Amino acid sequence: MKEFSYIIKDEIGLHARPAGKLSALAKEWQSEVIIEKGGKEVNASRLMMLMSLGIKNGDEVRVVVTGEDEEEALDAIKRFFEETL
Amino acid sequence: MLKFIGKGVCGGTAIGPAVIYKKEELKIKRIAVKDSENEILRFEKAKKKSADMLREIYEKALIEVGETGAEIFQIHLMMLDDEDFNASVRRIIVHQMVNAEYAISVTAENFAHMFSSMDDHYMKARAIDVKDISERLILALDKARGSDTLERPSIICARDLTPSETVLFDKEKILGFITTHGSANSHTAILARNMNIPAVIGVGDSFLLNVKEGDLLAVDGRAGEIFVEPDSETVIKIREKENENQEKKELLKKLRGKENITLDGKKINIFANIQGTEDIGAVLASDAGGVGLFRSEFLYLDKDTFPGEDEQFEAYKKVLVAMSGKKVIIRTLDIGADKKAGYFSLDDEENPALGLRGLRLCLKRPEILKTQLRALFSASKFGSLGIMFPMVTNFWEGERIIEIVREVKSELDRDGIPYSGDVELGIMIETPAAALISDKLAALFDFFSIGTNDLSQYTLACDRQNPNIEEFFDPYHEGIMKLIKMSADSIHKEGGWIGICGELAGDLTLTESFLKMGIDELSVSPSEILKLRDKVRKTKVGDN
Repeated sequence: MKEFSYIIKDEIGLHARPAGKLSALAKEWQSEVIIEKGGKEVNASRLMMLMSLGIKNGDEVRVVVTGEDEEEALDAIKRFFEETL
Repeated sequence: MLKFIGKGVCGGTAIGPAVIYKKEELKIKRIAVKDSENEILRFEKAKKKSADMLREIYEKALIEVGETGAEIFQIHLMMLDDEDFNASVRRIIVHQMVNAEYAISVTAENFAHMFSSMDDHYMKARAIDVKDISERLILALDKARGSDTLERPSIICARDLTPSETVLFDKEKILGFITTHGSANSHTAILARNMNIPAVIGVGDSFLLNVKEGDLLAVDGRAGEIFVEPDSETVIKIREKENENQEKKELLKKLRGKENITLDGKKINIFANIQGTEDIGAVLASDAGGVGLFRSEFLYLDKDTFPGEDEQFEAYKKVLVAMSGKKVIIRTLDIGADKKAGYFSLDDEENPALGLRGLRLCLKRPEILKTQLRALFSASKFGSLGIMFPMVTNFWEGERIIEIVREVKSELDRDGIPYSGDVELGIMIETPAAALISDKLAALFDFFSIGTNDLSQYTLACDRQNPNIEEFFDPYHEGIMKLIKMSADSIHKEGGWIGICGELAGDLTLTESFLKMGIDELSVSPSEILKLRDKVRKTKVGDN
């Protein structure tokens, strides 16, 4: 299991477009990608649930990746957060 | 001629016939089925058909509105494929032994509800995406629905439009969009901006009751105004506006970055009026020197409950940070019987303009004002803040404001919350009474701001929205000018400054008189900033 925390810097937060991208990205890996905000956890590949977290600018999220390719998956997802969020 | 006002979300003007877009009501019946597998198969087929359609629409949108605008349909494709959405539809079909239509509609309702109950305007607006997908699926179960064809260039009028409805119209034939519902975050708004088509949203239900298919409409997408069956004068005015818009763009290039200074060297502040944080972009683009009137009502309206201190703090902080040290004047809650939110539980009044509104409401229910002031002062360290109070009539109200501010500050001190020591306090001069005792009020405050709209209506005893008495409503009335001059003299005597933030501030025929009275600041809508700058730079104040 690998994890990291991240504070959203993007002005609008995780709106539909980046959520769609994140969800697609999460599906690329075998590992399970869980996003946690304020005690609520969702699987990142599930777009609607991901959007229902209502992740906004300034929110802290925790990303937990578990599975065979967790290391590569975590790197890719972390890069995505840093570049777009 | 009838006039309607909504929120202009995309500038430009349009004149043309109305097309009323009515959705075919989808009446979904719950039908018991024996073969649930067959229903699931129908659902899978409809999904495939919908996905094909979405890909087609995406291609069309790509050409017409560009990649950013088209992306929403990719999101729809992903939502269509969403694990939870699909699982829910299948579960309902299998467990309840019902038709696919019903299962889809119930699922969509649940998801739409999940979004619409979120504490986030953007996410709230996503409910319509879910509905769009479910309608598409249900229609695909049945028959393919042809795209909507327009016979001639028209202005589309609808309750609300889903993204696919918005792009399915033939772009060449859309002159404008008008919706009675919807927010600035709605896709109609976003897509209209991408397509650069004038759009006015949130016009209210009465609009569709008063407009027939084929009625001539004139739309001003900048002002958010719609005229039904406009007279020739209005048509000419709207056409002129279009030309003006072109001129303005030229002006913008020349005047950007220049000072607001008169021919004889007096510097004037030209600030912007804004409705909410979403207007910040327009303010920055307009090259305004600051924000002269930030209407805080948007935080309170369209809500089920009072906005908390934190929510307000975030909004105020956002503007202050975005304006990076330029002055931001925020007006405290100005709400009353004519403009209210249900949770305030205000009684209906026979005469709301003369009723419990603005500061009066805040003084009767000081806890509302205190929460707002706490949020304002906490945010004050992020920039240069001025706080302004609306609808003052009595001297004791001024004293009471100062007292409440003192209480709030000492609460913040006690809680260890830092705030800026340079917050300016001011009041709006909107009633003749306030102007007439401005000499006394001036001693209490740092600045005055004239709200010309209300000051005119109260001075002239004329409702500015009543077309029957239009000829009696003279905003240039000498009485109003005298009250403004009186207020300016009073505050200057105490070393303070005075601005104007009503509609008259942008009236170029008055600029010279205002500057001669010694007005220090004019606050207008972002689109008027550069025109006013141009006027100020051509004006001579002289000795006064």
